[in-house]
Amino acid sequence: MSKLSLKQTLKDLDTKKISIRELNQDYLKRIKEKDNLNVFIHFSEENVLKQIDNLEKDDSAKKLKGIPIAIKDLFCTKSMPTTAASKILENFNPTYESFVTQKLLDEGSIFVGKTNLDEFAMGSATNTSFFGNTINPLSKENEPLAPGGSSGGSAAAVAADLCLGATGTDTGGSIRQPASFCGVVGIKPTYGLCSRWGIAAFASSLDQAGIFSHNVEDASILLQSIAGFDQRDSTSAKVDIPNYFENLDDDLNGKTVGIPKEYSIDGTPMEISQIWEDAIKVLEKKGVKIKNITLPHTKYALPTYYIIAPAEASSNLARYDGVKYGFRSDEINSLDEMYENTRAQGFGREVKRRILIGTYVLSAGYYDAYYLKAQKVRKLIADDFNRAFKECDFIVTPTAPSAAFPLNEKQNDPIKMYLNDVFTVPASLAGLPGISIPFGEDKNNLPLGIQILGKHFDEQQVFNAALSLERSYE
Amino acid sequence: MNDLIKGEKHDWEMVIGLEIHAQVKSNSKLFSSSSTKFGSSPNSQVSLVDAAMPGMLPVINKYCVEQAVKTGVGLNAKINNYSVFDRKNYFYADLPQGYQISQYKYPIVGEGIVTIDFKDGKSKDIRIVRLHLEQDAGKSLHDQNPSKTYVDLNRSGVALMEIVSEPDIRTPDEAGMYISKIRSILMYLDTCDGNMQEGSLRADVNISVRKPGDEYGTRCEIKNLNSIKFIKQAINYEATRQIEILESGGSIEQNTMLFNTSTGKTRPMRNKEEAHDYRYFPDPDLLPLEISQEEIGKIKSSIPELPDELKNKFIETYRLSNYDASVLTAEKQTSDYFNETINSDSELPNHAKIVVNWITSELFSLLNKNNLDLNNSPVSPQNLGQLIKLISTNEISGKIAKDVLEDMFSSGKTARQIVDEKGLQQVTDQGEIEKVIDEVIAENPKMVEQYLAGKDKLLGFFVGQAMKLTKGKANPKMLNEILKQKLDKKN
Repeated sequence: MSKLSLKQTLKDLDTKKISIRELNQDYLKRIKEKDNLNVFIHFSEENVLKQIDNLEKDDSAKKLKGIPIAIKDLFCTKSMPTTAASKILENFNPTYESFVTQKLLDEGSIFVGKTNLDEFAMGSATNTSFFGNTINPLSKENEPLAPGGSSGGSAAAVAADLCLGATGTDTGGSIRQPASFCGVVGIKPTYGLCSRWGIAAFASSLDQAGIFSHNVEDASILLQSIAGFDQRDSTSAKVDIPNYFENLDDDLNGKTVGIPKEYSIDGTPMEISQIWEDAIKVLEKKGVKIKNITLPHTKYALPTYYIIAPAEASSNLARYDGVKYGFRSDEINSLDEMYENTRAQGFGREVKRRILIGTYVLSAGYYDAYYLKAQKVRKLIADDFNRAFKECDFIVTPTAPSAAFPLNEKQNDPIKMYLNDVFTVPASLAGLPGISIPFGEDKNNLPLGIQILGKHFDEQQVFNAALSLERSYE
Repeated sequence: MNDLIKGEKHDWEMVIGLEIHAQVKSNSKLFSSSSTKFGSSPNSQVSLVDAAMPGMLPVINKYCVEQAVKTGVGLNAKINNYSVFDRKNYFYADLPQGYQISQYKYPIVGEGIVTIDFKDGKSKDIRIVRLHLEQDAGKSLHDQNPSKTYVDLNRSGVALMEIVSEPDIRTPDEAGMYISKIRSILMYLDTCDGNMQEGSLRADVNISVRKPGDEYGTRCEIKNLNSIKFIKQAINYEATRQIEILESGGSIEQNTMLFNTSTGKTRPMRNKEEAHDYRYFPDPDLLPLEISQEEIGKIKSSIPELPDELKNKFIETYRLSNYDASVLTAEKQTSDYFNETINSDSELPNHAKIVVNWITSELFSLLNKNNLDLNNSPVSPQNLGQLIKLISTNEISGKIAKDVLEDMFSSGKTARQIVDEKGLQQVTDQGEIEKVIDEVIAENPKMVEQYLAGKDKLLGFFVGQAMKLTKGKANPKMLNEILKQKLDKKN
């Protein structure tokens, strides 16, 4: 089965080769067939048909008219419930539409459903969801694989061709790592490019919306649609959004790529080192100057991330208290008991673990040693990149230290699980744009991803480099 | 002045610091566009942000920032170009986010000074540590249902300024004067409505006692006092409690106390061990607040005259005493009223003291009696000016003027109308006054004899008689002079 690209589909719709209804019915059929993957937390055929009806009545020209898109269930949507994959938000129906999803609606896209994720985006395997695991569509029979996480549902939805694109959020790698695991393209733009308004918060200073797609061109089209300044988000950036797609240029002649030596770590599988070398060779052939760079504080990125992200999460998740909305425990005899039982029963293990870590690192007597120190290290990591980008136009690294692993493999070993983010977290801490594209396979024919990092708000360069590598690989 | 209180064993000195919470006067909340109107039906002024719905983000209300800067200028304080909003984390039913957005390490306003004036003409500086912006919480309503607590989020997210003083206050009276002065400054600046009853201005009091010259003792904090009377009561009770403990050999536990307004007693709410760990950290949803020198300059130039400036101006321009001037400037409505009155006629600035007296004693007592204040006074400054002009030009006597003012107050007529209608003009005709005096002398020969024999006090009797005959309208000065002349001639 060859998957239609977004670019081609837009052409086919334009030339009436296919109707919006025909297109979406094709996707609906596949969604129902692939029910066993548990990609969606919320899917309603009726809702999709209603959207088709409405679009058929609408004669205005819209950029993404009729395009089936899957939405990570962390984005608040009016037409569908929003759970963040948590029991504590089971049956929560927002009265508002997130900035990102509103933009997609304004451009006429059709939401096929809300995709599964790790609870509140905390995880790397989409196995902490209250609604069960998502299965990587590339799994072989009887050997279910994890799709990565936290946006595993969205990555799987694109990989299984259940939509033409999907939204994700990336806090420490939650778009790039599942994109790598599922063999799709996933871009996390610069922090501040897409408004966080209406996205249930995990770690505010790191959370960033992004896109999954079949290829780089499609990603460039979709990212442009969801980017832009929003005065309701104080951290949203006032920058002009270029037409990424129109400006795509795979000619990298004369550019310089940075290769950070700190990303060669012991224990990285051979195949991963191999695709990294392959990518460098390809770039060299295309006239790109190879520059060995150093990002000396890289080794502190993971511990820094696992202090800052849980600290912010412990505070961000305080609002889920059973008072105003969402789940409330039945066993309450006092206000304190309401909090304790609601949160004990409403949150899963990983979320509780991170709330505990976050609460600890912010506590009196520990704040300076953990949180404050982590903030200082974060600055050093950002400085590393700033220095490096004086000598290169973009940076190329592997996306993840492994291919997709069997479902539940690392369930009981949080540290091992956290190591998944080792290559993605530094750019998150620095707020830089990063993309993962499929580039090679391991010995089991599972896809491996290459990550391209760019300067702040230089998504265009990231797309151009990605396109160039993608074309050489195809 | 002796500020010490006598214990059983020795004298004690109170050491008091105040944290004043002043609600910023603004139409919308600190981080959302909901209305801040007081007294609306519960939960009618709650946005998605105020209710802490998932994915909602705070956006700073610039007007509230300007109000805080203005207030900082009014407190003679340093305005910080860089400040940071932090999250203060704790769980409570009326705190929807599970944290309060406040300022911790980097407040918007730094050190300042407020001067309080005593009746005896002395004054004292109270140092301000800082002023920071923060969100108010909602309200838990425990009295609506026997088994449930309801939550009203109308107040949730309303902007507060917390103004923290150094422990420079030494008596309950000073505490009262300090909060009055802050209230006055805020109202002049129009940055807080100063309404203590509605909770727009409330204070936490930190208090300890020590033997004069000793180090500071262990303090207790009394939370959430919303009247000057309660503040003084609470301080007195708490100081006495602490002294009793110390004199009987005990030691003070650092507690947070609540004041019971019906019993007048304080009781512990929580002790140091139970104190919250608020886990302050910079709010990642908000950027640091940066204000340029230029913006501060702009705000500074928009600031009206403040009580202390105005007080000095009144003293210089009208030669008023420090006390009179501070009474006039304690409330903006009083100084506004005074200004309008004294400027309503070019003659009045020469009679400033009379104007002060008529406002602060006669008019105030009428207003008090009728439960009104200057803002809704039935007598306008122009009309009061007219009345005072009639007095100063001897058209009516001061005594009659009091009746005229009461009439003006109830009928709404002008002083001129009342004086004309009732024929209350002073009699200043020499011949007429002489005629009356002659009559009084003729009718009271015995009294005249006694007076001439040296009983000087009887002069008052003759004045009274003559006034009676003129229905109080005789010019008292003329009456006195002519009477003396005539009686002396008899000698």
